[in-house]
Amino acid sequence: MSSFLDKVKSFEPPKEKKFLHTLYDGFFTFLYTPNHVTHGGVHVRDRMDLKRTMVMVVLALTLCYIFGTYNIGHQHFVALGQHTSFMAAMHLKLFHGLIKILPVFIVTHVVGLGIEFYYAARKGHGIEEGFLVTGALIPLIMPPDIPLWILAFAISFAVILGKEAFGGTGMNVVNIALLARAFVFFAYPGEISGDRCWVSGLEFVGTTAMGETYGWAHSLFDGIFKWLGVATFGDGGGAVVDGWSGATPLALAKGGWDNVTAHYSSLQMFWGGIPGSVGETCKPAIIIGALILVATGIASWRIMFSMVIGAAFMGLLFNAWGHDVQMDIPWYFHFYMGSFWFAMAFMATDPVTAASTNSGKWIYGFGIGALGIIIRVMNAAYPEGWMLAILFMNVWAPLIDHYVVQSNMKRRAKRVAVA
Amino acid sequence: MKKALTRLHFVTAFLFLFQIVQAQSPSSSGTGSFTALLIAIVVIIAFFIIWQVSDNLLRIEAKKSGMDSEDDSLSITPGIRDIFRKKGPGFAKGRHVALKQGHNILLEGKADGVVEHGKANTFAVEPPNFRGMSPIPKVEVEVGNRVKAGDHLFYDKKNPDVKYVSPVSGEVIAVNRGERRSIASIVVLADKQQQYRSLDVPNLESCSRADLVAFLLDSGGWTMLRQRPFNIIAEHNEVPDNIFVSTFDTAPLAPNLDLVVEGRGTAFQKGLDVLGKLTKGKVWLGLNANGGTAPSAVFTNATGVQKTWFSGQHPAGNVGVQIHHTAPIGPKSTVWTLDVQGVITIGALFTEGRFNAERVVALTGAELASPKYVRTFIGANIGQLLDGNIAGGNNRIISGDVLSGTKAAMDDFLNYYDDQLTVVAEGDHYEMFGWLLPDMATPSASKALPGSRFPDTVYKANTNMNGEKRAFVVTGQYEDVLPMDIYPQHLMKAILTNDYEKMEGLGIHELVEEDVALCEFACTSKQPLQEILRTGLDMMKES
Repeated sequence: MSSFLDKVKSFEPPKEKKFLHTLYDGFFTFLYTPNHVTHGGVHVRDRMDLKRTMVMVVLALTLCYIFGTYNIGHQHFVALGQHTSFMAAMHLKLFHGLIKILPVFIVTHVVGLGIEFYYAARKGHGIEEGFLVTGALIPLIMPPDIPLWILAFAISFAVILGKEAFGGTGMNVVNIALLARAFVFFAYPGEISGDRCWVSGLEFVGTTAMGETYGWAHSLFDGIFKWLGVATFGDGGGAVVDGWSGATPLALAKGGWDNVTAHYSSLQMFWGGIPGSVGETCKPAIIIGALILVATGIASWRIMFSMVIGAAFMGLLFNAWGHDVQMDIPWYFHFYMGSFWFAMAFMATDPVTAASTNSGKWIYGFGIGALGIIIRVMNAAYPEGWMLAILFMNVWAPLIDHYVVQSNMKRRAKRVAVA
Repeated sequence: MKKALTRLHFVTAFLFLFQIVQAQSPSSSGTGSFTALLIAIVVIIAFFIIWQVSDNLLRIEAKKSGMDSEDDSLSITPGIRDIFRKKGPGFAKGRHVALKQGHNILLEGKADGVVEHGKANTFAVEPPNFRGMSPIPKVEVEVGNRVKAGDHLFYDKKNPDVKYVSPVSGEVIAVNRGERRSIASIVVLADKQQQYRSLDVPNLESCSRADLVAFLLDSGGWTMLRQRPFNIIAEHNEVPDNIFVSTFDTAPLAPNLDLVVEGRGTAFQKGLDVLGKLTKGKVWLGLNANGGTAPSAVFTNATGVQKTWFSGQHPAGNVGVQIHHTAPIGPKSTVWTLDVQGVITIGALFTEGRFNAERVVALTGAELASPKYVRTFIGANIGQLLDGNIAGGNNRIISGDVLSGTKAAMDDFLNYYDDQLTVVAEGDHYEMFGWLLPDMATPSASKALPGSRFPDTVYKANTNMNGEKRAFVVTGQYEDVLPMDIYPQHLMKAILTNDYEKMEGLGIHELVEEDVALCEFACTSKQPLQEILRTGLDMMKES
């Protein structure tokens, strides 16, 4: 092993070549924990470091990735009216999903990490791990068909203006992944709103019935599938079936809960065989991820729990108000629709942008839960509210902390006055 | 009282409003049961108010008559907090504080129960060990001089009354200098047969406080007293609000103080009596409520002190944590702290009539062939103590514990206040995917590592950083290991931004380095918290 270490070290570029050295350092510390020892202060350090923290989140996201990828394919074929049973033609669905998600994943990382490397080299410090999680989150919160250039734009905007301008990892005010999504949302609303955007590959259909209409990647796999004698992409009719709308449960919810259940059963919404952002649909996968984060102490259970309470509270309030059909949706059904769970587990709990005091976390989580439901129910333009609710509360988090810290200071001053 | 009255007003106003609403509502069915419910609520509230008012009156009365309001027996009923408060073990009689936050770092190389004779024969007093002292003190001896134990070695020119004395009798063999001619250490080669400077010991019962202080200053006993805030040598012109002694140490591999105090009971009690004369408040003794057995009877039977029991993981044994839960330090208050062996040294001035700097030192750490306790004196030579006992090659020797000790070499000396020597392996090696593998071999306070599921695991630690320094990212981590009502991360940020007001408000006065050491250990971002805190304390001290 040490000979391998020497081999790796022989690649080390000279320190004067800043960018190359930073790049080397980034990959080297990925491969090996460095031989730095403590000096001054504690002599023994905890095994936990930022890399491990971040990779735990990525691990917690894996189930969402697996399911999300498959669901991209599944939704595509449902739209075409082929292989509509969830388990049918699994290879096609999986490969269609991969063909969609991999370019998004790669572009996200090339652009995001590229910017990260550049700034690390410029500032002369090691590459920080913040983008590991951001990069894993972004593909999961985008529509599967997002044009890659828009994605690249969004990520550059979010990472440069949202993070590096503030001083890098740990200094940002708002959640980077959500900022990227908000950028797409407001700059290119056509790509991320409406009914059709949540189902992928519809631009291919309706032209010819042959495999080549899908593009080269699909054709490549079709060759293999044909040889294996299983169903191929080219088999189907290629037209969107009559009566298919592609609307997400939240879009349907404007017409009340009955309108939603006319299209999707609540079981379907729970398991996630519905259109939506890549990672948000499968609730069990997200909840397992959330449990991993809570069990390992990576994410704050306080934020998650109070966010559930906040959403339930607002849902109840709207039920009591009952002004329109959407307000009448029973509060517990709100948890079936949309990306509540994903936002709760992975977005709201970002430690940098959330409130940093334990009491502050309760307020922060509750605020997100309540606000998200308000936006969802009351704002006709935005079917879903979590992105905006979290970004809004990100901005408020320092103020919440300020008051919590002030109350601690007052408590202490009072105690001194008494003594 | 006032609170209860406003509450009463509020309730009546509420009921009044409710009546109006009720009168206007058209439905009349079910009003009977509703009235009954309303009456029931009113009765409950009235009872609650009477209870609260009488309870408060009782407390006020008790306070007026000078009773300790901390004691729970004052209330007529147990409060909610008392019901849920964790009960201490049977032997812990009196006030018990259960600390939830904290983390024990279990390391290999615990010293076992027999105290051997330490082989060291050179001893040193190092001026840099005393915080706040000017770098070049006035040295009263020269190389070649013969000194007795208790003879003056040097004093601080800013504060000439506090005499720093020799722990042993023998010959001064070196006055070592450090940077810019500062005095680094004064080394004494000890005699085989110890001789002590004869002291004119005052009668503790009849002497005045001023005489007592003068005696302690001259005899060297004063150097045992440290003052908070800032952890400096006690100012003899001040009268401390309280004096605190912790009778147990929860730091990694720390010596068992029950063993240390064995056979020294009279000296310890005498020391406490001396302390009682020095403070205008109380002498507080923190007792160990952890584990199944009661601590040494020397501690539990101590008289003239206020005892508080503490249970919980490290840093429950830190005197700073104990102060926070008994009589917290404010920016203007002054408290003194000292360790158990310091109390014994002060007591021995009276019981034995000499400056007895004997120390039981724990030699600990996985790299020692046989971890053990040895009996020696303050400032013993480390190489001589460890002679032939080190197993491995590439080691770090630490005077103190792994969290807040200082790095030392074989020819260095134990720090003045240290009663522990730790030897751990240096961790200057690379580890493939060290950040990713579910490691069971390195201690951690985090739940993300499998070790957290086996809290009794004993680790063989090394000094690797286990990662690189990063900006503050994770939150709530320090609060989980610091059982104090303090926001360490906000405090650190206040120090880094030179925000004096916030530093003071967030309780920097209550902390010294050892209190945040565990936070520093647990820190995901590998921030040097003890160093940051000291910067802040120095800033506060100079302002």
